[in-house]
Amino acid sequence: MPLFFVLAAISVISGLLMITSRNPVTSVIWMILSLMGVAGIFLTLGAEFLAIIQVLVYAGAILVLFLFIIMLLNLRAELVASHTLPQKVVAAILGAVLLYEVVVVSSTGVEESVKGTVDVAKVAVQGNSEAVARLLFSDFLFPFEIVSVLLLVAIVGAIILGRKEF
Amino acid sequence: MAPLSYYLILSALLFVIGGVGVLTRRSAIMIFMSIELMLNAVNITFVAFSYYLNQLTGQLIVLFVITVAAAEAAVGLGIMVALYRNRESLNVDEINLLKG
Amino acid sequence: MRELVWLVPALPLAGLIINGIIGKPLMRKNEGLVGTLASALVGGSFLISLLIFLEMLSLPAGERGFEKILYTWIQSESFKVVIGFQVDQLSGLMILVVSGVGFVIHLYSMGYMHKDPGYYRYFSYLNLFTFSMLILVLANNFLLMFVGWEAVGLSSYLLIGFWFERKSAADAGKKAFIVNRVGDFGFLLGMLLIVTTFGTLDFSGVFAAAPDKLTSGGLLVTVITLLLFAGAIGKSAQIPLYVWLPDAMEGPTPVSALIHAATMVTAGVYMVARASSLFVLAPFTLGLIAVIGAGTALFAATIGMVQNDIKRVLAYSTISQLGYMFLAAGVAAFSASIFHLITHAFFKALLFLAAGSVIHSLHNQMDMRNMGGLKSKLPLTFAAFLIGALAIAGIPGLSGFFSKDEIIWQSYVSPFGGPVLWFVATLTAGLTAFYMFRVVFMTFFGSMRVKQEVRPKIHESPKVMAIPLVILAFLSIIGGYVGVPKLLGGSGKIFEFLAPVFPEAVAEVHGGMTEEGILMGISVIVSLLGILSAYLMYVYDPSLPERMAQGARRTYNVLSQKYYVDEFYDAVLVQPIKRLSLFLWSVFDSLGIDGMVNGVASVVAGGSARLRKLQTGFVQNYALGLLLGVIIILGYLVLR
Repeated sequence: MPLFFVLAAISVISGLLMITSRNPVTSVIWMILSLMGVAGIFLTLGAEFLAIIQVLVYAGAILVLFLFIIMLLNLRAELVASHTLPQKVVAAILGAVLLYEVVVVSSTGVEESVKGTVDVAKVAVQGNSEAVARLLFSDFLFPFEIVSVLLLVAIVGAIILGRKEF
Repeated sequence: MAPLSYYLILSALLFVIGGVGVLTRRSAIMIFMSIELMLNAVNITFVAFSYYLNQLTGQLIVLFVITVAAAEAAVGLGIMVALYRNRESLNVDEINLLKG
Repeated sequence: MRELVWLVPALPLAGLIINGIIGKPLMRKNEGLVGTLASALVGGSFLISLLIFLEMLSLPAGERGFEKILYTWIQSESFKVVIGFQVDQLSGLMILVVSGVGFVIHLYSMGYMHKDPGYYRYFSYLNLFTFSMLILVLANNFLLMFVGWEAVGLSSYLLIGFWFERKSAADAGKKAFIVNRVGDFGFLLGMLLIVTTFGTLDFSGVFAAAPDKLTSGGLLVTVITLLLFAGAIGKSAQIPLYVWLPDAMEGPTPVSALIHAATMVTAGVYMVARASSLFVLAPFTLGLIAVIGAGTALFAATIGMVQNDIKRVLAYSTISQLGYMFLAAGVAAFSASIFHLITHAFFKALLFLAAGSVIHSLHNQMDMRNMGGLKSKLPLTFAAFLIGALAIAGIPGLSGFFSKDEIIWQSYVSPFGGPVLWFVATLTAGLTAFYMFRVVFMTFFGSMRVKQEVRPKIHESPKVMAIPLVILAFLSIIGGYVGVPKLLGGSGKIFEFLAPVFPEAVAEVHGGMTEEGILMGISVIVSLLGILSAYLMYVYDPSLPERMAQGARRTYNVLSQKYYVDEFYDAVLVQPIKRLSLFLWSVFDSLGIDGMVNGVASVVAGGSARLRKLQTGFVQNYALGLLLGVIIILGYLVLR
């Protein structure tokens, strides 16, 4: 229990700091921290494999890419525009409404859900990676292949977008 | 062990934080990062349900979400670079090519 | 051989496709190749027709009918239409004439159309024309016949308007098409009535069931046959729908020959003959056909007497001769009608090609007042034209005599005929002889009235144009000997041959009676009188026609203006329709339809001009919209 609260607090607070800090580089740092917190949450839920992936892919690859772009483009802190205040107020109000709604909706009817047969906690002890891999290469083989094609397309797209004459 | 609803509330919090970020930040790259945060919030939901409903499927979906996020980052950042090259700015208040 | 009957229309179709697609580059490389290909394919079609015909002759009379079904076109419960060809005595003879005369005209065209920029186009149209007519003739059901019928109309439109840069040619093409449509409408309605009555469109099925399902002289059969005859009137240029044919002269002369001789105008006669089983059940229709035929024959002959354009005279003569064929059909002498169709195909093609030769050598001069004295300059053409004129005038010994005389005799002796019809037919024979020899004398005899600058260039046509003339002249002479009446020691082979395809109820009288001899003598004398008066007026005393025209100015004007029929149609039909159309256009189209369409457009334009404001182009506005949508949907779930 306490572990959860600590990790949740890390995620939420660093998330808040991420969206509020003016400097993009600072934002990225806070985001990395937030993602680390989420990775910890994954660990408490017995998803070690995902936790590792979260750190490797998100923190290690994606956010480094963000950082790289920010530095490449030499982005500076945003200037405060005149309409920022009403925008923030509206965003806060809408955010509050959304939060209320999401909490209410997501906590209704959970108990009636059909339970599966895999005890994730036990699987985690025996080897979460193996279980995920078994499922990924059997039932989810086709989506897996599709995703690989998606990645290929993304690579091609990124290269074409990066060309000078575009 | 924390009950499921705690995870869901955490997820909702992160989701809303991401959403507010999308609405308030003016740099395109920050909007993009906020969206990544929203994706993470959803991932928490998936993994939490996977744990509480005794199914691994949720975890696999998260795996795919991360892959899609990676692809999205590659293409999205490519667009940012191209945009910056043409406009010298990533401020979305200045970009309204689609204005009708 | 009969199994290959599909090749008969397929070969011209192949020519159409080849010349239509690659004709233009082919023509640039080698013009002769295009024409040779087109002609050779039609020639091949003729050869196959000939073989089929000979095979048919070798069979006993009972086994001569043959059907070849290629393909089921429409199948809907019990209603079935096939693409099938029917070869019997009638269609066998017709494909022979169509492909044979068509082939000769193709040959002739190679010379006539030499160096025309549309040479390849011309030959593909010509192939299309032959193909359409062969389909029409070979069809074993009404619907396929209608396909050929319409395709013939289409190709005539294309060929009459061949020189479409000239407004008069384009107009003539349109006129032919539109006037034909009036008749086609009747054909179509008749066909629909046949379907509702018989449930089938097959010739064999309809004709076999006709005597049982229809009461002789009943209303239904009369309406059906009248509608079918309306189609025949349009296609075969009878009163009142003949007006398109004289204008069809705007096309190249070989086309006129093709339209007038082998294809197109004979379609109506053929259709009436083919559906004779229906027509004999409707005495009223038959009577009408005979009256219209005789009327047209006389009417067109009187107009032909005063025309000065050589091709126009021939056009009115065609209308008149078609009148003869319908007269024969109207008195239920179908085989006489077909016989005249065949001989007419020979001598009319000959006359047209010879006239074309004259026009060609005089550099497109068609007015006979600017001809004259060409006898010695164009000896071959003169000989050919003279043979054609003698044949059409019904001089004994040539083909026209036998067929025309048969018709005149039948119009007298047939149970549907009578002395009045006979009198009109005989009178027309005299007029025919008169106007044909008027052409002969004005063109080839007398003083030369050709313009000075053209005179040295007058020359006989090239071989490729001369050979067809010789072939057709030969056929015009001997073509009649298949139907020599018994009276003159002949056996009337063609009538015997054709008899099985026509209903037995109205067996034609081919007896050798003294009456027949007397009538024959009268018609020959009348024809000779016609020739004599033409001689007197145009050779003996060339000033006579002018004086006569002065003496009867009003009659002359009425005739030379073709009874003002075109003007009458214009005033009674064309102008009111034009005015009605203008009215409908200005009220319904401009205000109603256009208003509605424009109204919808302006509403959409106005609405979208306002809606467009929503598209600010700012990403965050769109994100806000998305989020609001999510909030509303979730709100619904929460509040539910």
